[in-house]
Order: sequence, then structure tokens, then C-alpha cells
Amino acid sequence: MTVPSSALGRLLRTPRGLGAAIVLAIIVLAAILAPVIAPYDYAAQNLRNANMDPGALHWLGTDEFGRDLFSRIIYGARTSLAVGVISISISMVCGMALGAAAGYFGGAFDRAVTMVVDLSWSFPEILLALILIAILGPGLASTMIAISIAYLAQFTRLTRAQVMALKSETYVEATISLGAGSGHVLFRHLLPNALTPVIVAGMLATGDAIILEATLGFFGLGAQPPTPSWGAMMSSGTAQIFIAPWIIIFPGLTIAITVIAINLFGDALIDALDIRQRLREG
Amino acid sequence: MALLDLSDVTVSIGVLTPLDRIAFSIEAGEIVGVVGESGSGKSLTAMAVMGLLPLIGGRITSGAVRFADVELNRLTERDYRALRGRRIALISQNPMTSLDPIRRVGEQIDQVSMMHLGFGAEQARLRSVDMMRQLRIPEADVVHGNFPHQLSGGMKQRIVIAMALAADPELIVADEPTTALDVTIQAQIIQIMVEMARRKNVALMLITHDMGVVAQACDRVVVLYAGRVAETGSVERIFAAPRHPYTKSLIGCIPVEGLPPGGLKGIDGVVPGVANYPAGCRFHPRCSLAQDRCKIEAPLLRALDEGAAACHLTGDPL
Repeated sequence: MTVPSSALGRLLRTPRGLGAAIVLAIIVLAAILAPVIAPYDYAAQNLRNANMDPGALHWLGTDEFGRDLFSRIIYGARTSLAVGVISISISMVCGMALGAAAGYFGGAFDRAVTMVVDLSWSFPEILLALILIAILGPGLASTMIAISIAYLAQFTRLTRAQVMALKSETYVEATISLGAGSGHVLFRHLLPNALTPVIVAGMLATGDAIILEATLGFFGLGAQPPTPSWGAMMSSGTAQIFIAPWIIIFPGLTIAITVIAINLFGDALIDALDIRQRLREG
Repeated sequence: MALLDLSDVTVSIGVLTPLDRIAFSIEAGEIVGVVGESGSGKSLTAMAVMGLLPLIGGRITSGAVRFADVELNRLTERDYRALRGRRIALISQNPMTSLDPIRRVGEQIDQVSMMHLGFGAEQARLRSVDMMRQLRIPEADVVHGNFPHQLSGGMKQRIVIAMALAADPELIVADEPTTALDVTIQAQIIQIMVEMARRKNVALMLITHDMGVVAQACDRVVVLYAGRVAETGSVERIFAAPRHPYTKSLIGCIPVEGLPPGGLKGIDGVVPGVANYPAGCRFHPRCSLAQDRCKIEAPLLRALDEGAAACHLTGDPL
């Protein structure tokens, strides 16, 4: 609808866009089909096989409890992707609502929103997320809430800037002069037109959110054991780094590949939609 | 009783007063041209009628805008909204930007009759397509599903006109509807608008700076200069016997057949900015007939045998 199919076509015709799309598709499919693909139960311990080298039996080796790393990484994709996508979706919806209201109605509400947004933007996201988790307590749900609040400022700012720019378009004035009310102008004209850059920003933020989730997991503040999470796996690998370096290397590689693929895809999307200029306004 | 009546409407934006005691009226079904150079207050007059002044931070500080039995400047925003599009519609200057780029043009026409006449989706569609046919849009049912970028400027302006007509308004305010179009299309669009207005008995307030368009399309003319009414009157009388030097100069700007190269006349000088209007008659620095009195005393709008003019010298036709 807002993303015309021709833009998707343009994206897939570039090697960068196509490569990123394929890698992403593999990761998403692996996460969805985890029970089918994973050769072992991700939580099954086998202490006799602890710290096994990567090989025919365990493709990526085993961790210090003898759990199959490959299975855990596949299940970990579920955690990372779910946290990334859900928290950024929450953040986008709330940010768009706040930003649109602030940009459209202006006045004291706009000043209040802008002040809080600027304030929260002066903290690094990781610090903001840590503070929130300290309040909420560790766990998967609080990780999502913390990440979505940490990225709220970005979407609010972007939407506000878009709506303010679009508000003075002639077609908005034309719609008002034909008797449309604020709700109609906001939901039928302003938000749909502001959507494209926000979606792309959301795409890019999802990559950051996965890193943030891994970081929180690394500190033991994210998903609690035995739920596998890439960050927590790396954290437990630090103790084995000299005897079984693959325990930390493979989850780390997976995070890197996933985030690079998301960023490349987002970048290709920006070029395909030709909105670099509009993103900068935020 | 006149359909639209502006009596001494003064508009302020901050400390500036860009419109000063504007007075004229439009009868039902009448086509009235509002002319003047850029900066004379034509678009602001349109915005005052549409109640859109708050969008640019302006307001009516005195005088009244009456539409049929309604005093527009006393309406609440909610009541005004019900009136806009339903009884008074606006056709704005630039068709290139008056349509939402990401919605199909047909839907944008549909929404007006759905909003104001309570039509269902299919009923609105039929009505829109019918309206598009009347505006001579070829393959109207295909165009209905097109996006604005797929259409030419002339087609887009027809879509905008269809939106204005969609809820059967009594008055259409057209703010320089053809300035953004090719010269070849301009005459066509004006002709279509006038034809539709006559057929549906809609009053048309046609804002333009082109006296040629006025001569061709309008019943009556309102000449604005620097935020004041210079002259009003029927097209015949204004062209035959202009009573204000400014009107005469405007008519002098119309190219005529057999004009020698370089023979096209303009009016010397420019319209003064709203921050530094001259004292007395605002036209006096550019007026060849200006006398001492014109520099001090602002002329009032005086009724003539036909129309009205604001000039100290309006004893005889100029």
C-alpha cells in the first residue's frame, strides 16, 4: 500500500538488497521452524558431552552443560527476533501516536512531549534500558518494555517532524476546506503519508534492539534460563573462552550476521523508496 | 438577499491588517471575478470566506461575512466544518499539490459525498464517476482508480473541481484555479468550470489576475488593490467605462490583436507590501491622475449608478 510493490522489486534487484533479504528469510524461517530443524532439545543437558568440539554429532559443538549449540542458537533466534520485533512495534505505535498528536496540535502538549523526548534522548539507550529493568526486574517482558521505551523518542521525533512538514501541504488545506475534521486529516492523510520513513526507521531500529536485547541478556537481565538467548549464551561462554571458544563465537557471529542483514536490508529499502532526505528531517 | 455578503470585512494577522473593509456580495448562481495583482488580498478574501484564516494565524477583526442566512464569522469550528464542502467549496491554486499523493483520486472525490451526503461507498463511486464524465474526463471509471502522479495537471485540476462539486455546494470559491496549468489548458478548465456552474446553478467566486478570463467568464467583477476594494460592477460596465484608474490600467494590460512588438503595457511600480501601505489612496503612487487630496485622504467606496468605486475622481468614467 504505502510501500509500492515496485519499490520492493527495485530493492531485490540490487545484490545488497537481495543478499540481505535471503539471509533474513533464512533466519526468520529457522526461528519459525525451530522445532522441526533443531536436531536436539535445546534444554537437554548431557554433562558427559560438555564442551564438545564442533563436529558431525553436534554441528556447532556443545556448551558447558553438554547442550547442543546449534539447537540453542536456532531457538535463541525466536527470543531475539520476538523481542526485537515486538518491542520496536510497541515503540513505533506509541511513538507515532505521540509524535502525530504533538506535531498536529502543537501548543503546550507539543512542548511537553518534545521536552520529555529530548530529555530521554540525552541518555544512551542502554542506560535507559538498564534503569528501566532495574525498576521492573529482569525477564523477557521487562526487556521488551525497556527496549520499547528506550526507542520511543526516536519514533516520536520522526513522526512529529513528518506531520509538521505534511501539515502545511496544500492537500491538507484542501481537505479541511471540504469539511474534514482533525481525525480525518490525521488518520486518512497525515499518518499514511508519514508512514514510509517511520517503517524504515523501525526496520533499522530492530537491528539495534536485537543488539540491546543481547547486551541485556549478556548481563543476565533478559530472558531467564533455560530459555536460550544469544546474549546469555555468549555470557556463559566467557568462562569457557579458552577451552571451548565456539560457545561464545557462534552466538556472537549469529548476532552480527542478523544485525548486518537487517541494516543492509533497511539501507536498501531507503534507497529503493528514495527517502534518505525525509529520514534526516527527524 | 445575496447568497454571500461581505460587509466591511477587516482581517488582521498579528499587527498587520492585510484586508481593510472589504465589501461585496454574490447572488445565487452568479459568477463573480475577484481580480487584482499579487498581494492585493485575493487569496486572503477566499480564506476569510472559507473560515481558514486560523491556519495562517489571521482573524476577522471587524465586519461580517454572511452566507445565505448564516453569519459565518460567528460560527463555531464544528458548524463551519459541516458547511465547508457541503455548501461552500474551495478549489485551490495548485492542482499538483491539492491531492493526497498516496490515495486514489476517485476515493478522494468519494470521501466528500460520503462525508457530507451520507453516501455508501458504491453510491459515492457512481456519483464520482458520473461527475468526472460531466467534467469530460475520458475513461472516468479507469481514472477513478488512478493515483495523482499518473494524471496530467489538467486532469488533476478536473479531479479537484469534481471534489468541490461532489456535495452539491451553493458556492464555489476558486482561488486562481488555472495559474499552475499550461496556457493551452487554462481556457479549457475555465470553460468547464463556468459551464458546470451555470448548469448546476452554483455561484462561483473566481479569483484571478487575468482580466481576459474575467471578460470571458464572469457576470460581475470585484477589483481589489492593496487590501481594499477599488471597484465593483458588472463586466460590461467595468470594461466599457472603468471608474477607477487601477481598473483602467488592468484592462490596459490585456493583450489585443494587432499589438506591435513591445507594445504590451504593464502598470509601473508594484503593489506596496502590507507593512508599508501609503497614506491616503493606496494607489496614488502609481496613479497618473493623483492629486494632492489622494495622498492624504483615503477615498471611500461610493455607490455609482452601476456598482461602486473608491476614487476621489469618480465623477465621470475614466
